[in-house]
Amino acid sequence: MQSIQRKIGVAESRIRRSAGEQAATFLIYFVVFLFALACIMPFVLVVIVSFSSERSITLNGYSFIPAEWSLGAYRMLFMSKSSVPRAYGVTSMATVAGTLVATLITFGAGYTLANRACRYRNGLSLYFYITMVFSAGLVPWYMVCKALGCFDNIWALIVPSLMFSPFNMFLVRNFVRDIPAELNESAKIDGAGEVRIAFSIYFPLCMPVLATIALFYAIGYWNNYFNAVMLVNNSDYYTLQMLLFKIQSEITALGNLASGAQHISNPPKESFKMATSVITMGPIVILYPFLQKYFVKGMVVGAVKG
Amino acid sequence: MRKGVAKIETGKKKKRISPMKELWQNKFLYLLALPAVAYTFIFSYCTLPYIAIAFEKFNYKTGIRSPFAGLSNFAYFFKSSWAWTVTRNTLVINVLFLIAGTVCAVLLALILNEVKAKRFLKVSQSMMLFPYFISWVIVSYMLQGILGTDTGLLNNLIVSLGGEKVNFYASPGYWYPILLILNVWKNTGYSTIIYLAAIAGIDEGIYEAAYVDGASRFKRVIYITLPLLAPTICIMVLMSVGRIFYGDFGMLYAIIRDNSTLMPLAEVIDTYVYRTFKNTGDPSLSMAIGLYQSVVGFILVFTANWIVRRKFPDGALF
Repeated sequence: MQSIQRKIGVAESRIRRSAGEQAATFLIYFVVFLFALACIMPFVLVVIVSFSSERSITLNGYSFIPAEWSLGAYRMLFMSKSSVPRAYGVTSMATVAGTLVATLITFGAGYTLANRACRYRNGLSLYFYITMVFSAGLVPWYMVCKALGCFDNIWALIVPSLMFSPFNMFLVRNFVRDIPAELNESAKIDGAGEVRIAFSIYFPLCMPVLATIALFYAIGYWNNYFNAVMLVNNSDYYTLQMLLFKIQSEITALGNLASGAQHISNPPKESFKMATSVITMGPIVILYPFLQKYFVKGMVVGAVKG
Repeated sequence: MRKGVAKIETGKKKKRISPMKELWQNKFLYLLALPAVAYTFIFSYCTLPYIAIAFEKFNYKTGIRSPFAGLSNFAYFFKSSWAWTVTRNTLVINVLFLIAGTVCAVLLALILNEVKAKRFLKVSQSMMLFPYFISWVIVSYMLQGILGTDTGLLNNLIVSLGGEKVNFYASPGYWYPILLILNVWKNTGYSTIIYLAAIAGIDEGIYEAAYVDGASRFKRVIYITLPLLAPTICIMVLMSVGRIFYGDFGMLYAIIRDNSTLMPLAEVIDTYVYRTFKNTGDPSLSMAIGLYQSVVGFILVFTANWIVRRKFPDGALF
């Protein structure tokens, strides 16, 4: 009897609440919508300004609705004297080469640390862990890089700091550890060698986590400007981010060229910055569906599995 | 569970095996790990001897064997007004980021959890995550486009509403809020993932029971979701507290650059170490400041990890 009364009570309060609930639901959707919009609008602005004519930017400032559209900035981007194509090549090369090597190195270490046969795995874990909690800092790092010859060349962009992260290694280790050890044993009984077990059995099984860390590395390489700021003076080895960072000098040089060649009194400056930003973001936009999927996975695995 | 297994194992393996034999037996495994071990050795362990520079008067000719200078580099740093300024800035900025970041990420997770329209949820989450993947250099130009004095979007808006232009880049007062908004804007979509995952792990039955008992939606959030989310929040906060002595170089150097008006408020230890190194060309002084950061930073990180491991054995990565 009592329980029936309570159920009726619940039903009644639900009816009474429904108006309030509806308002709450609306508010929730509205807040989410607003925040999502705020996250994306600045990028829309960047794209629009990159297609605006310089005159309309000077007159009206940055605007979502430019008075005049123009491809001038993109034309300047691909002028023969422009450093952007070269920087694009340098960055792509560093990203692809670095990501491949980094992922392999990380898989190797993570696989070994997860393997029960390896008696020194705890010692090795500690060896890597120490570097995560203590770092000697900028100056020693700089001196080591210089002593190794990672200075003012493509190696400076690939090798230091970016090519291995213990954090990613522990992600791989935890993933491998969760694969039943029986798999290893049965493969051994079937006569598979150690190389085969590692690369033909475990490597494909680890694809989800490997995709995650490969994307971690790739984003790290693509967005990195620290290595270039610290270790590169020669503008031949500027990455896109570094070029963007120092774009003022590029704009002055190209602007003079552009106005000289095409008799333009007002070379695109602001729109040039934005156009360079747009093509720098390009690959990230293209890879975005993968990025989202695997970053979410990696974050969840890294946090929850432990 | 895993710990128990490990213990039994080590107990079984008390039979001593000579290191050479172990290395030989598992030569393939050790070979696989060798690149990572060598890399870490070179870029982490080989940097340690250079710490000696902090106690020397560095000279590029003599290198690491430069004349001993005792603690003079430290004394020089701690006597300058910058020592306090950069320490305070690092702590203040990080504490602000930590509080705002956590509150926003948790709130967003709670809100997103109430969104039942699958499509809407997916699209909006994709949009929120996007800024996380964009470099700070690009964000800095975007910010200039919005805050710039002559062409900035915001200033145009202010003027069109009849206000006076604000020169943001020369007014330090605005910058803590600006940095805070930027940080929340760029990272919340990402950090909220972890809280969403934790919420998804909560047993549905608890909600159903509460629902049957007549708990409102709001009450279910307050009395079920939040308490069950508390351990995750604690872990994330602790980990961030451990990193509190390290400034976000990538962000602050890209956005503040060499703007000397904003430096007294936004210069953190990391950017100061870099600037000292670049501008004075004195590695010794820079190393001394860096060592101060490394040591305090180490104590904080280690303590935070230790607490996490003691209190939340499932939460620690190691």
